[in-house]
Amino acid sequence: MALRDLFRPESARHKASSAGQVTPDSARCVQCGICSFNCPIGIDVRRHAWTGEAVVNSRCLTCGECVARCPRGVLRFERTDLFAEAAQ
Amino acid sequence: MTRHLILGTGVAGVAAVEAIRGVDANAEIVLLGDDPFGYYSRPGLAYYLTGEMMEKNLFPFATPDFQKLNIRYVKGGATKILPNEKIVELDSKSRLAYDRLLIAVGAQAVRLTVPGAELEGVVKIDHMSDARHILQLTKKTRRAVVVGGGITALELVEGLISQRVNVTYLLRGDRYWSNVLDEQESRIVEKRLKEEGVELIYHAELIEVLGKRGRVNGVKLLDGRTLRCDMLAYAIGIQPRVELAKEAGLAVDKGILVNEHLQTNDPNIFAAGDVAQAYDPLTGRSIIDSLWGPAREQGRVAGLNMAGRKTAYLKSPPFNVTRLAGLTTTIIGTVGRGRDDDLVGIARGDSETFRSLPDAIAAQSGFDVNRLRLLVGEKYLLGAIVMGDQTLSLPLQKIIAGHADISSIREKLLARDAKIADVVADFWREWAGGQVVA
Repeated sequence: MALRDLFRPESARHKASSAGQVTPDSARCVQCGICSFNCPIGIDVRRHAWTGEAVVNSRCLTCGECVARCPRGVLRFERTDLFAEAAQ
Repeated sequence: MTRHLILGTGVAGVAAVEAIRGVDANAEIVLLGDDPFGYYSRPGLAYYLTGEMMEKNLFPFATPDFQKLNIRYVKGGATKILPNEKIVELDSKSRLAYDRLLIAVGAQAVRLTVPGAELEGVVKIDHMSDARHILQLTKKTRRAVVVGGGITALELVEGLISQRVNVTYLLRGDRYWSNVLDEQESRIVEKRLKEEGVELIYHAELIEVLGKRGRVNGVKLLDGRTLRCDMLAYAIGIQPRVELAKEAGLAVDKGILVNEHLQTNDPNIFAAGDVAQAYDPLTGRSIIDSLWGPAREQGRVAGLNMAGRKTAYLKSPPFNVTRLAGLTTTIIGTVGRGRDDDLVGIARGDSETFRSLPDAIAAQSGFDVNRLRLLVGEKYLLGAIVMGDQTLSLPLQKIIAGHADISSIREKLLARDAKIADVVADFWREWAGGQVVA
């Protein structure tokens, strides 16, 4: 994935199905809660952005809503490419 | 058992509580706050005004989160600090004793003082209660006049537009936020505001709010003009709430002066967040930031020190990601200088560092919606503004905070018609490759 794709909402959505987990950059977050509010299955993404822990949650659909809607670019997808690891 | 008393339920206070509890499971912690809404996202009020968020979703902590921290929460305001007795007096004449005290009471809006400022319909946005009040009023407001500058004034403009109120925005000078944005950036914001239907009036100085039966019905300008409106919204800056500290004899400049351990001149009293003016060992200056990130970090460091873990506050270059007229904008480090006539002192979402630019050369590209401006020092980047496409926002934040040596690309950045975004992206790939990037 090209660097510039990382922060674009549309490509964030597009990449979602192939990507792994949502990872926050706490220093950018102001705890407004737009991420949690828009999560279709009710994961408290805001809390992850507070603690700095990636959303490692089997229920996460990686739909990209939180990444796309965060007004401050706190969230991004980090790939957990299991196949690549398995191949090594 | 150490008794910790925290004044203020903002992010600095909450971060301090977490830090103290993380170190000391048994300490007594009392959180005293006069905001009836307690701890909520102050920056999130902008999204509440636009209707993107509901009030109840602005609270990051639920009751169990506070219960887990095992604190005593007291609603009320402190009226006096007695440092010799280590006592804080409350409104109700009750008293709280402390061993360590944190003052994290934040800042408040500078009040408008023109005649008519007390009329119903003159509003500011300082707290949740203000946002609620504005939203109630917008139902019967057809035209609002907004005065002031910085991020908060635009939050008001955009919030009111979203609530279908016609807005006239008065600027005292000839452009918006002139000591942080350059002219091109101001014009981008102003053009977008006009496209949204905002009427901008330059060189306009409000001298009186006009009213009828106690309610706003217009404003009068210095040049004699009168504008009809049902609301006047203002954001002319903030003042750290230093009165308590001053009366207690603590060292106060613009904010409460604290050393790099967030300690005031009384070793048992600390200050953090918008009320604190923190010493920066790197520059030797004491700086006020009105930003969520530094407030949280100061609270955390103050808490650790209060709990006996000596920790220095290492100020990183301030940055803010915000929307200006719907355009995502990141401001990092030092990007401007001087003063802005629309503001008194500092505004919310602001840092004094944004305006402390020494001689640096600007490299810039993009003249439409996407714009990138870099402040290029001899060996380091001193600051950056990223408007629109945010691809480079995070890399630039890391490059500036990490003091990356940019000597190798300096000439390329300053070359005529340089494609600075590409130069930075290439540099980032190489530099980040050799770093552990958080």
